[in-house]
Amino acid sequence: MMNKLIELKNLTKNFDDQQVLRGINLDIYEKEFLTLLGPSGCGKTTTLRIIAGFEEPSDGEVLFNGIEISKLPPYKREVNTVFQKYALFPHLNVAENIGFGLNLKKVDKTVIAQKVERMLKMVGLEGFGKRDVTLLSGGQQQRVAIARALINEPKVLLLDEPLGALDAKIRKQMQVELKKIQQEVGITFIYVTHDQEEALSMSDTVVVMNNGEIQQIGSPTDIYNEPENRFVAGFIGESNIIEGTMIRDYLVAFDGFEFECVDKGFEDNEEIEVVLRPEDLDIVDPGQAKIRGIVRNITFKGVHYEILIETELRTYMVHTTDYAEVGREVGLKFGPEDIHVMCKMGSY
Amino acid sequence: MKKNSRFAGFYMGLIFFLMYLPIAVVIVFSFNESKLPVKFTGFSLKWYQELIHDRAMLEALVNSLILGVLSCLVSAVIGTLGAVGLSRIHWKSKGALEYISILPLMIPEIILGMVLMAFFYMLNLPFGMLTLLIGHTVFCVPYILMEVKARLAGMDPALEEAARDLGAGPFRAFWDITLPLIMPAVISGSLLAFAMSMDDVVISIFVNGPRLSTLPIKVYTQLKTGVTPEINALCTILLAATLIIFIVYSLITKKKK
Repeated sequence: MMNKLIELKNLTKNFDDQQVLRGINLDIYEKEFLTLLGPSGCGKTTTLRIIAGFEEPSDGEVLFNGIEISKLPPYKREVNTVFQKYALFPHLNVAENIGFGLNLKKVDKTVIAQKVERMLKMVGLEGFGKRDVTLLSGGQQQRVAIARALINEPKVLLLDEPLGALDAKIRKQMQVELKKIQQEVGITFIYVTHDQEEALSMSDTVVVMNNGEIQQIGSPTDIYNEPENRFVAGFIGESNIIEGTMIRDYLVAFDGFEFECVDKGFEDNEEIEVVLRPEDLDIVDPGQAKIRGIVRNITFKGVHYEILIETELRTYMVHTTDYAEVGREVGLKFGPEDIHVMCKMGSY
Repeated sequence: MKKNSRFAGFYMGLIFFLMYLPIAVVIVFSFNESKLPVKFTGFSLKWYQELIHDRAMLEALVNSLILGVLSCLVSAVIGTLGAVGLSRIHWKSKGALEYISILPLMIPEIILGMVLMAFFYMLNLPFGMLTLLIGHTVFCVPYILMEVKARLAGMDPALEEAARDLGAGPFRAFWDITLPLIMPAVISGSLLAFAMSMDDVVISIFVNGPRLSTLPIKVYTQLKTGVTPEINALCTILLAATLIIFIVYSLITKKKK
């Protein structure tokens, strides 16, 4: 990959007696679209605010191009932020908002005007320069906020749940557009969200956080297909999580049966947990599968049915386009590659 | 229901009538020909004419205006900085601090006046415009502080962060973003403070020097020698001025939303 741009080393942050970050280690690369994903209160926004310079870490280092910057005030950093509620200056018009940063740098007025025009064009707001920002729609305000940040040509753009306040349709549209803008300007985006779908569809790298700690770092496919623990598996997508034992490499036991799998590197007979994604499970005749159960519920979800199958030990969730009536006995079939083995977590 | 609302209307009318009758009387008699405020003998502007030629009265008016404007400006600076400062600290004693800073509004004026007089005497300050200015500033600051504080509380803290993020140092962020946004509160608070300064008698009497007179003091001392319709004329003018300030104030506070 590219060069390392930002390194977070052992970051901790305490607010009063509460520890909100418990040792964050993270490398962020040039031109990367990285998402900090987690439930509210997991420390993702605090991490972003430390990179922006609004908070100082209680301990640890923030390196930018190899130089420690954790004590540097925000206005001396080569990063810009898009705020959750946009934070547009209500007493300035669209063009004045976008030109604010360049104005502070005493850039020539005609140059500012040209750059503002270019930015307006990029975010699809041509001709909006003289408008009152408070009269714009949410989506338009969002575009102004992005333009206002990007005009300063930062090395990194920080986005704090920027689509949170938009309705579903505009949010989808903005996701595509943000990704396009990122590729166009070719800089690093650090994106904070609690929406797993948003994270998976936009990012190069997803960092899953919980409780002030990083749970997993990986590409969207890695995070989805190979969750490292129960938290990640549960937070991203829906899943069946089953306790089991890793008998040896490529062989796992759960629910009283042994299954071939593709996982290795665990200790023999290590207690583990297995993830089975609902869409990886097939419903077959009882005779064709080891695990059997009774259909307890079936819900039509549009593209697929969500079927709950009760076995002796638990209830499995299956997403399938096949129909199965309630009360029927069925078998659950899945292949070795559908079994994802993860380390067992104590506390969840 | 209808009977009920008619009674409510009558009650309201009565209260307003009692409240504003004296004011109406003063206004009407300021245009009276006769010196005696008993019978309206004919329309005349002679009391206004006399007022304009009353040098002592005009001097007192000028003094009051200078004092009002100065104390208003000084308190605007102190009150605004105070409110901004209070909004940025997160001490446990913050509540007490806020209470202390608006305490002059709650201390009886007569006590505040006496205390200030004793204090200035101790400091050996010559009683006059300076002591008046300090005295008025003491009770003007809380008005501005409260208005600005309320305005700041409703302001998104991300706005100033955004300014700092875009390259503004703390001073520029305040000057370019915070100050313009709290300006309506600074102005409306100042107008309120100005109105309070213009009509203050109690504190002014205590901290005033022997040679200086403000308008309210002048009116008050004239009362002892007997009311002339000239006072009515003065009151009418001041009422009109107050009304104008009030209208400007409500226009500004309305625009805030």
